[in-house]
Amino acid sequence: MLKKFLVTIFMTLIFSGLTFIPNPLISNVMADEVNIYSARKERLIKPLLDKFNAKTGIRVNLVTGKAATLLKRLESEGMLSPADLLLTVDAGSLARAQAAGVLQPIYSPVLDANIPANLRDPAGYWYGLSVRARTIIYAKDRVSPLELSTYEALANPKWKSRILIRSSNNIYNQSLVASMIKARGVRQTEEWARGLVANFARSPKGGDTDQLRAVAAGEGDIAIINTYYLGRLTASKKSKDRAIAEKIAVFWPNQHDRGVHINISGAAVTKSSRNKENAIKLLEFLTSDESQRWYAEANFEYPVKSGVSKSRVLESWGEFKTDNINLAVLGKNNAEAVKIMDRAGWK
Amino acid sequence: MSNVVKKLHELRFNSWSFFTFLIAALVSIPVIVIFSYVFTPAGDVWRHLISTVLKGYIVNTLLLMIGVGAGSLVIGVGTAWLCTMYRFPGRRIFEWALLIPMAMPAYIIAYTYTGMLEFAGPLQTALRNFFGWGHLDYWFPDIRSLGGAIIIMSLVLYPYIYLLARAAFLEQSICVLEISRTMGRGQWRSFTDVGLPLARPAIIIGLSLVLMETISDYGTVEYFGLPVFTTGIFRTWFGLGDAAAAAQLAAVMMIFVLILIVLERWSRGKARYYHTSTRYRPLPGYRLRGIRAGIASTACLTPVLLGFLLPVSQLLLWSIQTAGEMIDISFLFLALNSFSVAAIAAILAVVIAIIMAYGLRLRRSPAMTFLVRIASLGYAVPGTVIALGVMLPFAWLDKSIDAYMRSFFGISTGLILSGTIFILLFAYMVRFIAVSFNTVEAGFAKVTPSISSAARTLGLSPGKALIRVDARIMKGSLLTAIVLVFVDVMKELPATLILRPFYFNTLAVRAFELASDERLADSASAALAIVLVGILPVLLLSIAIARSRPGYSSE
Repeated sequence: MLKKFLVTIFMTLIFSGLTFIPNPLISNVMADEVNIYSARKERLIKPLLDKFNAKTGIRVNLVTGKAATLLKRLESEGMLSPADLLLTVDAGSLARAQAAGVLQPIYSPVLDANIPANLRDPAGYWYGLSVRARTIIYAKDRVSPLELSTYEALANPKWKSRILIRSSNNIYNQSLVASMIKARGVRQTEEWARGLVANFARSPKGGDTDQLRAVAAGEGDIAIINTYYLGRLTASKKSKDRAIAEKIAVFWPNQHDRGVHINISGAAVTKSSRNKENAIKLLEFLTSDESQRWYAEANFEYPVKSGVSKSRVLESWGEFKTDNINLAVLGKNNAEAVKIMDRAGWK
Repeated sequence: MSNVVKKLHELRFNSWSFFTFLIAALVSIPVIVIFSYVFTPAGDVWRHLISTVLKGYIVNTLLLMIGVGAGSLVIGVGTAWLCTMYRFPGRRIFEWALLIPMAMPAYIIAYTYTGMLEFAGPLQTALRNFFGWGHLDYWFPDIRSLGGAIIIMSLVLYPYIYLLARAAFLEQSICVLEISRTMGRGQWRSFTDVGLPLARPAIIIGLSLVLMETISDYGTVEYFGLPVFTTGIFRTWFGLGDAAAAAQLAAVMMIFVLILIVLERWSRGKARYYHTSTRYRPLPGYRLRGIRAGIASTACLTPVLLGFLLPVSQLLLWSIQTAGEMIDISFLFLALNSFSVAAIAAILAVVIAIIMAYGLRLRRSPAMTFLVRIASLGYAVPGTVIALGVMLPFAWLDKSIDAYMRSFFGISTGLILSGTIFILLFAYMVRFIAVSFNTVEAGFAKVTPSISSAARTLGLSPGKALIRVDARIMKGSLLTAIVLVFVDVMKELPATLILRPFYFNTLAVRAFELASDERLADSASAALAIVLVGILPVLLLSIAIARSRPGYSSE
C-alpha cells in the first residue's frame, strides 16, 4: 500500500515536471505572441487582450500581481525575462521600473498622436493608457460644494471628524501626497498632512469603496477617492449600491490653480522583450478609440486620447482641470511622501 | 564479517544524515537569502522608522500574537477536551465540524464580517433606523480594530490547536486518566494535572503554528489598517522603496520567532513524555446532562457558527447574487489548478518532513538541529518575502545555466526554473515545511525509542524501519500533516501571485483579485469554492484520526 503510494507520488512529480518545466522552451519557439506582467487586474484588462488576439491572431500571455513584486521579478530575471510588457496602475511604478533599468524606449507615431505629452515619458520609456482622478466627494445632504475649494483646505479645523480616507499604505494616497510635495514643498505638505489627519472621522481602514459607503451612511461627510469607484456604484445593478451613489456628489478641487490630482494606468516595453513589435502593436491597440472607450465604459476611467466619447456616468461629473505635472515626479517623491505620512501619524 | 555489516550500516546512517542535511539546506536558502540582507546598509530609513512607526509595529504585533494565541488556545484546547472526554448532544458532529473553519482564509472572513458589522453595514444601519440614532449617538465595537483582528484570526486558526490537541487527548491511554480519577482527582484536576501536561507537546506545536501564521498574515491586518510588522515590511519595501530595510524588518520578525522556539524548548527542559501503557480501550466518555450538556454544546457550536456557518452564509448569499456573471467554465479550471497544486505540495511537504525528522531522529547533531529550525522559519515569514527569497537564487541559477550553455554550446536555455510550477512548489515547501515537519516530528515522538530499537535490532535498515514500523504507528500524524499543508496551499496567495507562470490562476488568486478590487460580492464565489474544496480533505482527516486511534472500534 505504501509502495503504491510512493510510486504515485513519483509519477505525479514526473508528470508535473514534464508538463510545466519546458514551458519557456516552448514559448521561445512560438513567435507570434506577447507576454505581459500586469499590475492591472485580470478582469480589467483581459477583455481587451482577447479583442486584440481576435483581431491580430497574436497570442497574449498574462500574469498579474502587484507592481512592486512584478518589477522585482523583472529585475531578477534580467535579460532572460519572458515579459515584453509591464502594465501598471500608477505612474510611480513605471518611473521606478525605468530607474531600475528594465525598460527600453520605443518610438511610435501612433502612440505619440494618441497620448498627450504629459501622460507619457518624454523619452518613450512608458505610456499612459487611462487616466484616474483622485478627487473629493461629499454627502449632498450635509455639505455644500461652496464649502469646498482645494485639497489644501481640507486641513482646516472646520472639517474635524468629518473626513474619510484610506490608509497611507495605499499607492493612490502616496501619489497624492507626492504631488502635493511637488506643489507645496516638504514642510508645507507635512503641515497639511497633520491637519488632515486631525480631521479624520476614523482611523483609516478599508478601500475607496468603503469610504464611499461610510460617507453615505453618515460616518463622515467628505472623502478622497478615485472616481471610478463611485462610477461602479452609480452604474451598479444593485439598488443598494445606487442608493449610496445617489447620496454623494463629486467635487473637483484646485480648479483655480494646479487642478485635480490624476494618475495613469500605463505600460512599458521591457528591455528583455523578444516580441517588441507585437508589444508596440498591442500598445497602439490599447490607445485606439475602441479600447479607450472600453476603459471609460467598463471601469469608469478617463480615456487618455482626446475626442473619445466618455460614458454617461463620466459625463455627469462634468469637465475639470487636471494637474499636469510630469507624472514621473510621483515616483521620485514617493518615499518622501511615505515618510511625511509616517510623521503625521497617518496610519 | 559482523564488522563489515556494521560499517555498511554506518554508511547508510550517514547517507540519511547527508540527505537530511541537503534537503534542510535547500529549504533554508530563501530564509538565509533574506537574512543576508541584514548586512546591507539600509541608509537613514531605520532612523526614520525608529523615530516614527517601529514602536507601533512591535507593540501591535505582540498584542496580536498574545491575543490570537490566547484565543485559539482557549477555543482549541477547550473544545478538544470536551469532544474527547464527554458525551453531549451534537458531539459527533462537532468532532469534525470544529475543524472546518481551518479552510477559511482569514482575510476572506475579515471581509465578510466587515461587510456585516461595519458602520455602513446592514446591522448597524438597521439599528440606527430602528432607534433613530445618528453617527456618534451610540457605541458599537469596531470590527476593523486590533480586537477585531484577534477575534477573526482566532476563529480561523484555533483548529490547528484543536486538531493536534484532540489527537493527543485521543492517544492518551485511558489507564492514565482512570488512575487519575481513582486517585481522587476531580474532572478539572484530571484535565490540568494529567491530560494537559501529556498533550502539551502537541498543543505547543499547534500554538506555534498559530503564532507563526498570525505574524505572517498580511490580508487581514492590511484591510483593518493595523500597523504591524507585515504591513510595515511592505510599506518600507514598496512605499519607501528600501528593499534592504524591509528584509531587515523581516529578519527581526524571524528572530522573534526563533526566540519563541528557544523559550519553548527551554521551558520544556529535558522532560519527555512517552506513554508506557499499552492497554488501550475506547474512551468511555462521561455523559453530560441538563444544563452542563447545554453549555458544552454551546461552547462547541459557537466557534463553528462564527468561524464557518455565519461567514459562509454571507458568502453563499453573495455568490447567488453574482452567480450569473462570476461562475463559468473557467471556474472549474481554477478549482482544478488549486486542488492539484495543493495536493502535490502537500504530499511533497510530508515526504520532505519525514526525511528531515527521521534524519534528525537517527542522528541529532547541533548543526543539523539548527539548520532544520532555520528551514522551518519560513512559516513565520510573509509569503511575499519568501517569494523574493525564492526568486533571487533561482534567477541566479537560471542565468548561470544560460551563460554556461551559451558559452559552451551556443544555445540559450532561457529561464528553466523561474516562472514554472516547479519554483512555485519549492516556495510552498519553504513556506509550509514547518507545518508538516512539526506534525511529523510530533508523530515520531509517539514511536517510543524502544520500538525503534527493537525494529533495528531485528535487522531492519533505517529506511525499512521507517516504512514498516514508524510510518504505521504515526499514520494519523502523516495524514494530519498532508491535510494541513493542503489547506494552507489552497489558501496561499502572495507567493502564488508572484511566482506563478503565465495564466496559472488559482481560486485564491481569483478571490483576491476581486476582493482587492473592492468587489467583495463578486469574490464570494471563488472564496466559497476555496472553502468547499478545502473541507473535503478536512472531513476525511477527521474520520481517519478517529479510526487511527488505538482501541478504536466501529461502534
